[in-house]
Amino acid sequence: MSNAYSIIVCAGLAPDPLQRLEPMDTPTGPALKNEMMLPAVLDPWAACALYEADNLAKKLPGSKVYLVSMALKTKLQQVMMVLSQKVPFELVAIDGPSNGFTDARECASELAQAIEAIPGLDKDKMLLFGGWESATRAAGATMQILGEKLGVVDQFQGVDKIEIEPSGAIKLWERVEGGKQQVSLCESAPVMVGWATGELPEPPNNPQVGMANMRTVMPALQKAKSAAASSSALKFKGVTLPAQVRETRIEKDMPVEAIAQELVTWIRGN
Amino acid sequence: MDQGELSMDKILLIAHTEANGSLSKASLEALTCAKDLAASLSTTFAVGVFGENTAKALEQIGSCGAEKYLSVSGADFKDARYATDSYAVEGIYRKAQASIVIAAGTSRMNRVIPGVAHRVEGVAELHVSSIAGSATELTATRWLYRQRIEAVITRASRPWFLGVDSGNYTAWTGSTSAVTAESVATEAPAACKRSKVVGLESPGSGEQTIKPDAELLMVAGAGWTKKQADGTVHAQEARKTILGFLSKSGASLGGSKAMVDLDSENREAFNFMTHLNQIGQTGTSPRHQKGLSTCCHGEEPHAVGWRFINERRAVNLDANCGWARGKADVLYVADAFAVMAKVNELLSK
Ligand SMILES: Cc1cc2nc3c(=O)[nH]c(=O)nc-3n(C[C@H](O)[C@H](O)[C@H](O)COP(=O)(O)OP(=O)(O)OC[C@H]3O[C@@H](n4cnc5c(N)ncnc54)[C@H](O)[C@@H]3O)c2cc1C
Repeated sequence: MSNAYSIIVCAGLAPDPLQRLEPMDTPTGPALKNEMMLPAVLDPWAACALYEADNLAKKLPGSKVYLVSMALKTKLQQVMMVLSQKVPFELVAIDGPSNGFTDARECASELAQAIEAIPGLDKDKMLLFGGWESATRAAGATMQILGEKLGVVDQFQGVDKIEIEPSGAIKLWERVEGGKQQVSLCESAPVMVGWATGELPEPPNNPQVGMANMRTVMPALQKAKSAAASSSALKFKGVTLPAQVRETRIEKDMPVEAIAQELVTWIRGN
Repeated sequence: MDQGELSMDKILLIAHTEANGSLSKASLEALTCAKDLAASLSTTFAVGVFGENTAKALEQIGSCGAEKYLSVSGADFKDARYATDSYAVEGIYRKAQASIVIAAGTSRMNRVIPGVAHRVEGVAELHVSSIAGSATELTATRWLYRQRIEAVITRASRPWFLGVDSGNYTAWTGSTSAVTAESVATEAPAACKRSKVVGLESPGSGEQTIKPDAELLMVAGAGWTKKQADGTVHAQEARKTILGFLSKSGASLGGSKAMVDLDSENREAFNFMTHLNQIGQTGTSPRHQKGLSTCCHGEEPHAVGWRFINERRAVNLDANCGWARGKADVLYVADAFAVMAKVNELLSK
């Protein structure tokens, strides 16, 4: 049996986590203040999915990685400048909102349409990858809905490791409660995998990969379909930034003994 | 389906059994949520339970006041597997025909709730922290941008499936009582059994360092792995101090990203710490009454993971670290090696 797969990685964009976020009201619902100015990154857990996909594709000759991403085209263009140097992929771009105020269901619909339109896609050889939660909506819902739409009923969430056996059986390690991982064996593709951190570091930049990717990234961005995905069904009654500043007591000259004693009293709750 | 009239809402709680046949604390919290909501909407609620054998769990909540009990019980439903779990949840939903479905935010329920909601043409929200109902509207509160922005949302569309994160409601308690549950299914179709659960593993050293029910979270940052005042790294001393503290205090262990991403040179000494321990933007946001940060800078991507830690203290050599800027209640500017060794000594007494 051939072990060549179409590995489809779904990834949105998220604001760089070091940025301060502030919500604001607009006539069409909530948005982030200065959203267009905030530097963006590929959504972190989805980025882990992309690096794992690349690693797998290298081990399984004939496999191909697609990156399906819905975000504002200008932002996508910025992120691709860096990302395309990391690992080889074919971009399928959708020009649409990618902030946390969009509905997972609508996002999944757009992704499903884009995936269905990939020429010659054999769903029986599809590994559908994404992050188990985004850093924007953090709904943990998009990938499950997308899996259902594409008829994938072997779904795994919070995955840290995957192995494909010569028979085509797929072994997966999923995060469950109490710091444990549940290990499952699925007979064969297709599977949906919502990745947690995985096991791979961010790959270094490789200008050659960047040049090869750019040949397909630019045309993909140009022909990106516009998606209206709005949160029409989802209504926001309020969006607030928590009051997070505490009055910090800073102890600069307290002797070690006294600190330890104070901590023990605090830990013991008396 | 659009439903303007809230008084028409029918509530259903769906829960799975644990390995010992009972319901988890998280499920009992979700039961409180369903019960409270039913009371505020002056309506009734039903309960559906699935698992290998649901008898014990149903008896456990037999006096909760549900109008109806439904069950999917059988060997096919023993393990947490998407295809069989979604089959069970869908079956329970279709039998109960509720408009609001509540579940605990366990890994098992979170895996299937959005997919099942889609299958039955419904909508879903996970990581909900509270649900409020009035005569005119139902709202759910949840965090966006990884605990940075809190949103109150509403939907007119039904059915609406809501996964409630643990730690937001008190667990329901009550006496056991025998109930007659309607059986919805006892086995799943073969197509649902392409995957098999083959084991449960503890990554890293195998030591259980993540304890969601602990009162205290201890965070170890990358400072434990850095050269100290004498110009050398004290990895073994750090290991002994951290593990000693965990065993004496019963605390759960968290780490910063820099700590869990350690290079191979330091990996061995800190093998009790894995990516599962990571707190923050790309880690978890656990719920504990107290948190003690040691050798961690308290940068924003880390500190957002402390959203649900009520009392926060930090030990850091740097008086200008992130914790000093309103992120902790107390910052001790001190050497954590010395402080924690002394703490361990005092805790032994
Ligand atoms: C996309 C993205 C996502 C991220 N997600 C996360 C996340 O989920 N979680 C997370 O933690 N980080 C995350 N980060 C990284 C984050 O920005 C910080 O780099 C990281 O938290 C730093 O970890 P640290 O404080 O342990 O290490 P360092 O920054 O190296 O700090 C070490 C600290 O130890 C102190 N120290 C050293 N020796 C001692 C001693 N003897 N006694 C007391 N103190 C001592 C030092 O003063 C210093 O403050 C993310 C970054 C990005 C870009």
